[in-house]
Amino acid sequence: MSNTHYVRSEMLSEQEPPAATTGAIGWVRENLFSSAFNSVVTLLALAFIYWLLAQALPWMVSPTWHASSLTECREIIAELGYGGACWGIIRERWLQFMFGFYPKELYWRVVLDFILLFVALAPVLFTHLPRKMLYFSAIYPFLMPWLLWGGTIWNPVMAALGFVIGYLASRHLAPVLGNLAATILAFVLPVIWWIFLSGPVADGIASVLPLAIQSVESRAFGGYMLSITIGVVAIALSLPIGILLALGRQSNLLIVRSLSVGFIEFIRGVPLITLLFVASTLLNIFMPPGTDFDIILRVIIMVTLFASAYMAEVIRGGLAALPRGQYEAADALGLDFWMAQRLIIMPQALKISIPGIVSTFIGVFKDTTLVSIIGLLDPLGLSRAILADAAWNGLVWEIYGFIAVMFFIFCFSMSRYSMYLERKLQTGHR
Amino acid sequence: MSTMTDPPKESFKLGMLIYDTRYRSITIQIVALIGFLILAGWLINNTINNLAVLGKPIDFTFLRDPAGYDINQRLIDYNSQSSHWRATVVGLLNTLLVAVLGCITATVVGVIVGVLRLSNNWLVSRLMTVYVEMFRNVPVLLWIVFTMAILIETLPAPRDFRGEDPEASMLLFDSVALTNRGVYVPEPLFSRGLGDLPILPDTDSPACAIPEDGGPVSDSCGMFQISLDFLLIAAVFLAGLYASSKIRQRADRIQNETGDRPTTWYLRLGVVLIPTLAVLAALGFHLGMPELKGFNFQGGIYLRNSLIALWLSLSLYTAAFIAEIVRAGILAISKGQTEAAAALGLWPNRIMSLVILPQALRVIIPPLISQYLNLTKNSSLAIAVGYMDLTGTLMGITLNQTGRELETVLMGMLVYLSISLAISAGMNLYNQRVKLVER
Repeated sequence: MSNTHYVRSEMLSEQEPPAATTGAIGWVRENLFSSAFNSVVTLLALAFIYWLLAQALPWMVSPTWHASSLTECREIIAELGYGGACWGIIRERWLQFMFGFYPKELYWRVVLDFILLFVALAPVLFTHLPRKMLYFSAIYPFLMPWLLWGGTIWNPVMAALGFVIGYLASRHLAPVLGNLAATILAFVLPVIWWIFLSGPVADGIASVLPLAIQSVESRAFGGYMLSITIGVVAIALSLPIGILLALGRQSNLLIVRSLSVGFIEFIRGVPLITLLFVASTLLNIFMPPGTDFDIILRVIIMVTLFASAYMAEVIRGGLAALPRGQYEAADALGLDFWMAQRLIIMPQALKISIPGIVSTFIGVFKDTTLVSIIGLLDPLGLSRAILADAAWNGLVWEIYGFIAVMFFIFCFSMSRYSMYLERKLQTGHR
Repeated sequence: MSTMTDPPKESFKLGMLIYDTRYRSITIQIVALIGFLILAGWLINNTINNLAVLGKPIDFTFLRDPAGYDINQRLIDYNSQSSHWRATVVGLLNTLLVAVLGCITATVVGVIVGVLRLSNNWLVSRLMTVYVEMFRNVPVLLWIVFTMAILIETLPAPRDFRGEDPEASMLLFDSVALTNRGVYVPEPLFSRGLGDLPILPDTDSPACAIPEDGGPVSDSCGMFQISLDFLLIAAVFLAGLYASSKIRQRADRIQNETGDRPTTWYLRLGVVLIPTLAVLAALGFHLGMPELKGFNFQGGIYLRNSLIALWLSLSLYTAAFIAEIVRAGILAISKGQTEAAAALGLWPNRIMSLVILPQALRVIIPPLISQYLNLTKNSSLAIAVGYMDLTGTLMGITLNQTGRELETVLMGMLVYLSISLAISAGMNLYNQRVKLVER
């Protein structure tokens, strides 16, 4: 008796996977209802989302956009029969939230300034753009304050001239006087120019050729324009200072290192609000008697110092992440310290630190709200004034909600951009 | 045979200070030092000149003057006749109070959110992502004022608790009242208490003056009062924990020798709980419930809205950052570790406690502590909701009343700096301890 077994002689053809594990159903089963516990959690989460939307959506879509006062709002909402927001206040005040008390007919200057900011940033961020655009990026730091504050054009021109003098000195005096003297003069001459000469010269030219636009007081600055100005200027200035501090902290020169460490740890150890108190009350005491400079400038100085300490730590992380071989290879090529930094170390270290730099920027931008505590009219400072307005008394939710959404849009898009940049710059050798 | 000759002796030239690496480092340092000293000297000189013009040289005696303002939320005795110095201490304690409360809550919420963000339930992980992004991308100051506004707008007023059919009622067996003025919770009371222990006798305080009838000095004499009851309870509790850890060590030893682990959980629980409960009973521990009397609640501990708003918003804000840290820490441990531990035959909970957590904590703890530091520094925003912390007392009202900007702001900065440096010194110690020993 033969003991035959069933032996398959050919392969079965491939089958479709079971319907319950593919497509939308499969996805739902796997991600939402994979176990009894998971199903319960999913249902609870759904209930929570439903509750949240049921509360928030009718409130948000209330048709009060054109109401011109709180009482008008209340009438519209009473007709609706459910609680709604009063959006009229945003329609009426949104320009103020953007520009503060900047003169209405001069809004174009602010808008132009921020458009030009992107033009100036573009060649830095996107390397395939023509290199000639970098000349505009170099001019922009002098153009920007002039557009915002107005006044005679000769002051920014004279300030820029100082840098030109320094450059020319280092370039053309070296063959005549030797490198050492040229380097020293390249620092000393511009300082002499700025302190003693530029003011009278600017006044002189202005009296002959009065090229000026209407000047705007710092008091008029406010809203998001103020936040962005403080944030952008502070970050732009803190980047070079931060690089120097990071190099100082890494260096093996004892005095330089201790000074850098002392500065960084001091700034990082105190809250920003105390530095702002210094800006509002103490900075004038530290300056020569009789100096009384602008509150926004003082705030920008302190926020810059604050940001550069954090920036230094971010860049130090980037420097530490570079393999030692990079430093040794640069030495082996015979590059001196600054050439090695410029050509080998910094391009790589800065690339590694991009996420940190962007998150520092987001942090500084969010922290600009603190200036409301020392009385500047950033969005939060404005909101106090608006909440006290008799026509719109006590619309807390609408105003804070609006400010929060605006900040969220700014910060969230910046963090997404940094993630994109990180992926783009990832050359894959690590 | 050739003779070695010395290289030609270089004469020192001025240019060598810059071009010769032997001297350059010294040149740079000296230039840096001189530059720093000039800058510092210039600033100090300006300051002295300016203060001379203003007619208020640096002087810290204002700290002894009566402060003349009230602080409504405080941990130690204080009244408007107390000195500015005492107001500063009250503020510092308030800063520390909200920092400690915030760190605890932020850790709990942050760990939960961080773990849930890795959940395989899509909806839950998305919800947590929304939470994290929402809090991380909006300024903390806005969250603080917003939370304050929410508390004031949505919670019932104390009068709503009155009447036959009140609109609002107390929670947890009539022990907790949430009102738009603040939260009332029960307070621990001791009917056979031991009294207070005054420390740092403060001869300036009126409480320390010897009464005219020659009676004993008042009990409340002293900078601070520390409740002896709490000291005793804490001591007994800590002793219990110590005994419990001894029992665990003994169990470990027995396990190592024989392979069997004696059951010790009831011993360890008992040695902590029974003495503590006994002391509580001996001291006559009971809870003082808040009660509605007239227009407001009396009794219990009154946590003002400002404290609650600050605490909640700082915790939720910092928790979003902690969640990211926890998530990164867990993701940093490769799956191979779990699998290797499972291959060794460890139970899942032991894998977590013996293999994953020790490695993840090494990644998590340093950034976690810097978040604690951030929370402590952010607590200085209390001034926006009127919570009287160090910024509110010393750098707020004291500054405005005495006009001593330089002294108060410098003192405030130094206090924050010492808190920060103390915390980062602790972190460095921890890093030293858990550092991987590399070859």
